[in-house]
Amino acid sequence: MSTPLLSAKNLRAFYGPTQILYDLNFDMHTGGITTLLGANGAGKTTTLRALSAMVRTSGEIRFDGKLISNKETADIVRLGVAHVPEGRGTFVRQTVEENLQLGGITQPASQISADVERVFTYFPRLKERFRQQAGTLSGGEQQMLAIGRALMLRPKVMLLDEPSFGLAPLIVQEMFEILRTLNKKEKVSMFLVEQNASLALELADHAYLLETGRVVMSGPAKQLSADESIRRAYLGY
Amino acid sequence: MEQVVQQIIGGLATGAIYACIALSIVMIYQAIDHLNFAQGEMAMFSTYIAWQLMQWGAPYWGAFFITIAISFVLGYVIERTVFKPVHNAPVLSHIVIFIALFAIINSMAGFIWEFTIKPFPTPFGTKSVLGEGLLSAHGAGMIAVTGVMLGMLYLFFRYTRVGLAMRAASANPDSARLVGIRVGFMNALGWGMAAAIGAVAGMMIAPVVFLEPNMMVTILLYGFAGAVVGGLTSPGGAVFGGFAVGVIENLASFVPHFGAEMKLSIALALIILVLTLKPSGLFGRRIVSRV
Repeated sequence: MSTPLLSAKNLRAFYGPTQILYDLNFDMHTGGITTLLGANGAGKTTTLRALSAMVRTSGEIRFDGKLISNKETADIVRLGVAHVPEGRGTFVRQTVEENLQLGGITQPASQISADVERVFTYFPRLKERFRQQAGTLSGGEQQMLAIGRALMLRPKVMLLDEPSFGLAPLIVQEMFEILRTLNKKEKVSMFLVEQNASLALELADHAYLLETGRVVMSGPAKQLSADESIRRAYLGY
Repeated sequence: MEQVVQQIIGGLATGAIYACIALSIVMIYQAIDHLNFAQGEMAMFSTYIAWQLMQWGAPYWGAFFITIAISFVLGYVIERTVFKPVHNAPVLSHIVIFIALFAIINSMAGFIWEFTIKPFPTPFGTKSVLGEGLLSAHGAGMIAVTGVMLGMLYLFFRYTRVGLAMRAASANPDSARLVGIRVGFMNALGWGMAAAIGAVAGMMIAPVVFLEPNMMVTILLYGFAGAVVGGLTSPGGAVFGGFAVGVIENLASFVPHFGAEMKLSIALALIILVLTLKPSGLFGRRIVSRV
């Protein structure tokens, strides 16, 4: 078996003295989409924040075989880990253009304009809004901007925190279609945290179920969506 | 009437200095969310460096630019060595450090260069330009130097990638990290630039107030006033505030009986007035933080 793209071993995370994650073990492979399911407060967002060193952790995180759990956020990002955070992390006072430029700020200046055009092919709406302040965009447009900004990094993996949050159902469908395309065409692996379990299981190939900071179940997404208890608790039928 | 015009123009000249100080205060405020009380002392120390270089025989503009470079490095080093370790410390720790820096820099300057007042040269001369006594050549020079510097800063922040990264780091540090910006490094750059701007302000005002370790104390207060009036979150506002305070301060001398003596009080009253009516300053934006 090849080395996993991203893996965690005995990962614990803390907010101050409070422990949020208890010895998580997971790995995901290049090209895949892995989803992390769980109820509110299960520790999904914290897991993503742990991966990009935004909370205090112990344990081992490896990316591309390299140990990254001792690195700072900015250095992890520079390895090709694009984190699209909860609440989208838009630079609201900056324009759409500047937000995209910031997404590629660690990349050579020469590739920026071509990469902006590439983002436009997925999100043509951003082209119309190019000179607008990002804070004036609608929720859906801001989510597009957040993913577009992440693309500017030419990432190997995207950590996506609730991309469906606060969006109209139609927009959510559209967004997940785009994510699928990005995974296939841009070869971006994805680690997806989602409240909307049925959507997430549809998109992902592998899934982990988190309960109060522990992995309680894992397996191929198909297998989890067929599981009786998951269906009752998270899919609602 | 002519007197009024004269006071306004004179006010713009000193206002240029307040604008520089206000701007350097705002830049550090953006980086670490606190007011740097030692800003004036840093500027004073830089001015001494320039003076020393000229004593050693450097020509004025040579000393001017070398001092800017040295000040930038010193500001950068102060952030990295003193403020980086206490980044998450409570406000009071920061204030104590600022006060300590203030005292240390002040007495160091006195120790190295003595507390006696020294004249500081102007590269512009002292002749009047613009009619009789309306504006000295040095006053015009102060306005010009400030204008050029502000213009360059604007271009830097608006059109360069580092400028964009610095703006992003101060607007939203978490998101900035997530696009790969090293926020701590940007903060240190901000300190370096603030120190360099302060150095320019110090070298420009020194011919007017003379060089001595306490030369920046009142100027710093006016700079604070300017920053608060314009808004601590708005660099452009701080510059406007600095000029406004300079003009208001000069016009205050027209108030009968007490105007001339109460100039400083009027500036401080202005701070209180603005803080009462518009706490975020004229151009500042309100920061709503979740608790």
